[in-house]
Amino acid sequence: MINALGHPQHLLLLGGTSDIALAIADRYAASSPGLHVTVAARPGERRDQARQRLESAGCSVETVDFDAADTSSHTAVVEASTRDIDIAVVAFGVLGDPEEAWTSVEAATELATVNYLGAVTIGVALADRIRRQGHGVIVALSSVAGERPRRSNFVYGSTKAGFDAFYTGLGEALREHGGRVVVVRPGFVHSRMTEGLEPAPLATTPQAVAEAVVDTVRGRSEQVWVPGALRGVMSGLRHLPRPVFRRLPL
Amino acid sequence: MTRTRLSGWGRTAPTWATVDQPTDLEALRAAIRSAGERGVVSRGLGRSYGDPAQNSGGTVLDLTAMNRISELDLDGPSVRVQAGVSLDTLLRHVLPHGLWIPVLPGTRQVTVGGAIAADVHGKNHHIDGSFGQHIVSMDVLLANGDVVTLTPDGADAELFWAVVGGMGLLGVVVEATLALHQVETSYFVVDTDRTPDLPSMMQVLAAGEDLHRYSVAWFDTATTGRSTARGVVTQGGAARLDDLPADLRPHALEMAAPRLGRVPATPPFGFVNGLSARAFNALWYAKAPQMRRGEVQNLTQFFHPLDVIDDWNRVYGPKGFCQYQCVIPFGAEETLTHVIDTIAASSHVSSLNVLKRFGPANRSPMSFPMPGWTLAIDLPTRRGLDALLDHLDAVVVGAGGRIYLAKDSRASATTIHRMYPRLEEFSNVRSRVDPTHIFQSDLSRRLDL
Repeated sequence: MINALGHPQHLLLLGGTSDIALAIADRYAASSPGLHVTVAARPGERRDQARQRLESAGCSVETVDFDAADTSSHTAVVEASTRDIDIAVVAFGVLGDPEEAWTSVEAATELATVNYLGAVTIGVALADRIRRQGHGVIVALSSVAGERPRRSNFVYGSTKAGFDAFYTGLGEALREHGGRVVVVRPGFVHSRMTEGLEPAPLATTPQAVAEAVVDTVRGRSEQVWVPGALRGVMSGLRHLPRPVFRRLPL
Repeated sequence: MTRTRLSGWGRTAPTWATVDQPTDLEALRAAIRSAGERGVVSRGLGRSYGDPAQNSGGTVLDLTAMNRISELDLDGPSVRVQAGVSLDTLLRHVLPHGLWIPVLPGTRQVTVGGAIAADVHGKNHHIDGSFGQHIVSMDVLLANGDVVTLTPDGADAELFWAVVGGMGLLGVVVEATLALHQVETSYFVVDTDRTPDLPSMMQVLAAGEDLHRYSVAWFDTATTGRSTARGVVTQGGAARLDDLPADLRPHALEMAAPRLGRVPATPPFGFVNGLSARAFNALWYAKAPQMRRGEVQNLTQFFHPLDVIDDWNRVYGPKGFCQYQCVIPFGAEETLTHVIDTIAASSHVSSLNVLKRFGPANRSPMSFPMPGWTLAIDLPTRRGLDALLDHLDAVVVGAGGRIYLAKDSRASATTIHRMYPRLEEFSNVRSRVDPTHIFQSDLSRRLDL
C-alpha cells in the first residue's frame, strides 16, 4: 500500500536498469525504510549492479527477466510479483539511430516495438493488476519529443507520442478502479541513453526527474514536465507554424 | 453492491472496494463466503483516521444497517446491541433510564463494532479502562461461517481478547452485550486549570488522577521556550442531580448534544495552516479560565465539542490530515518532553492537541492503552510531515511506547511490529480462526499483519 504521506511498500521497475528508474528507486528508498523493489530487466551485469545499488540503499530486491520486445511475456512479468504493486515505473525505451530509424525497416520496427508496442502490452497487464488491487500508480516515462515531432528524431518522437496518448488515456480508464497514471515528460536527460549526444536546451538529470516524479506521485497531479519550464516552452512550440518550427536548431 | 472509493477520517490514501451492506446474519455470511482473494473487512462510521476499514480491490462490509438495540437489562445494568449501532444512538436509548456507556471516545459517531475493533478509550481510562473491558459477551462471525459466543473469561478467552483491539481482522462482531453505568444526570462537574507550561500540566494531571473519574489536558503546540505546551486541564466526574441548578433538574437525563451544522463541501485548499492553527491555539488558551471549580458542563462541552459540526475533517482540504497518537510509558517523561519540544519546534502546527494519563492495560495483545502518557495531535498533510512523524516513531519505540492503530495512516510495518511485542500472539490466534486471511484490510497489508 502507499501510505497517507505517499510512501510505497513495493516498487516495480520496468526497464529496471535505466538511470531514471534507479534514481526514482533511490529517492523512495531514502524515505521508505524496508522498501521492496522488483527490478524487471534483461539478466546480466547491469541488472546485477542495479540490485547491488538498491540493496546497499536498504531495499529488499527481487529480479524478473524482462524483454520489452517479447510482448507475449508481459503479463507473466507483471504477475511475477505476488505483493501488491504500489508504483510501477515504465522506464524502458530505446533512442536508436534517428536516420536509420526512418530508412531501415528493421530499425523502425525495433523502435516501434520496444517504445510503443511493448509499452502498451505492459500497460494493459499493469492495468489488469491495478483493477484487481483497487489501487496503484503507474509512472509512465514519456518525453517532450512526443509533443511535437521534429525532423531530427521523429521516429522516436512518434513512438513517444503514441506512448503518451496511451498512458494518458489509461489514466482516465483506471480512475474508477482506484488506479492513477502519472505521465512524465522530461526534456533531454543526461543518462546512459543520451551518452555522447549534444544536450538540448533545458537539459536535466535522472535525479531531477526522480524528484519531480516523487513529488507528483505524492500530490494529485497526473502529468509533469521536467524541468517544469518545458511545459510552457512546449506549449509555445506546438503552435509554431511549420515553416518557422523547421528553422529552429532543434 | 457498489464499487466505492473509501478513505478514513483523515481523508488520505483512498482506495476502491466493493461495498456490501448486509442487513442480517445470513447476508453477512453470504458476503464472507463469496469473498475473493482480496478478502473482506467490516466498516462502521469510518472514524478511524487511516486505512483499517478500507480493503482495496476486495469487499468492505458496511455494518451500519445492523443496528438493532434489544434487551435493555435495567438491573445488570447491561444492553444487547448489534454491532452497527452508533454510540450516539445507544446513549440516547439508555440515558432516559439513567444509564451511561462506560467508555466514550472523543466522538459518539462510532459504532459498537468499531469501538471493539479499536478497543477505544476515553477520558476515564485511568479508572475504567477501555471499551473491551465492558463487554459482557459478544457473538463473532468467523471466517468459516460459524458464530461463536465469546466472553472475557470463557472457554476461548484468548479469541475474545484478540478480537478486542484486533482491527476487524479475526471476524465480524455481530452482537454484543455491554455493561452500563448508572448515572443521575447527563452532566458533569468540571474543574478547569490553566497551566503555563508542561511540568505544571503534568503535575495537575497526576495529582488529579485519583480524585476525578475523567481527566484530560489540551495543550498549545505553537509556543516554544518556557511556555512550551502551556495548556488547559479539565477534570471532572458525573454530576449528581443535586449538583445541577434547579432549572436543569427536570432535564437531567436529556442529551444536550446540539448540532450546529456541517462543513458542506471540501474546499480546494485546507483552512488549517500554520497561521490559523497558531491563532486557534492562542485563543483557546486565552479563553480558558485561570482556575475554576465545580462548573456544570454538558456532554458536548465536556466530552465531544467536535460532534457539533458534521464532517469537520473537510476543513483540512483535499490533501487531508494525519492524527498522531502515541503513548509513552511512565518513567520516560524525558521522552514525552522531547516529543512535545520536537513538535513545537517543527513548522507543523496542530490545533487539537490532547494529553492524558492512561491506567493499566487490559489483556488484549493489540490494545493500544498502556500505563503512561498519551498524546494526540492533528497535523495537515504537507511536505516534511513524514520525516517528523518517522522521527517521533523512533523516539516512541525507543521509550517502549507505541502508536494507536485507529489513528495511524502512515507508520511502517517494522515500526508497528516493534511497538506491539504481542503481535505474534495475535497472529497465532488469527492463523487458528482465519488461516487463509479472509479478513484483511489496507491496514493489514500496509503493516504486514
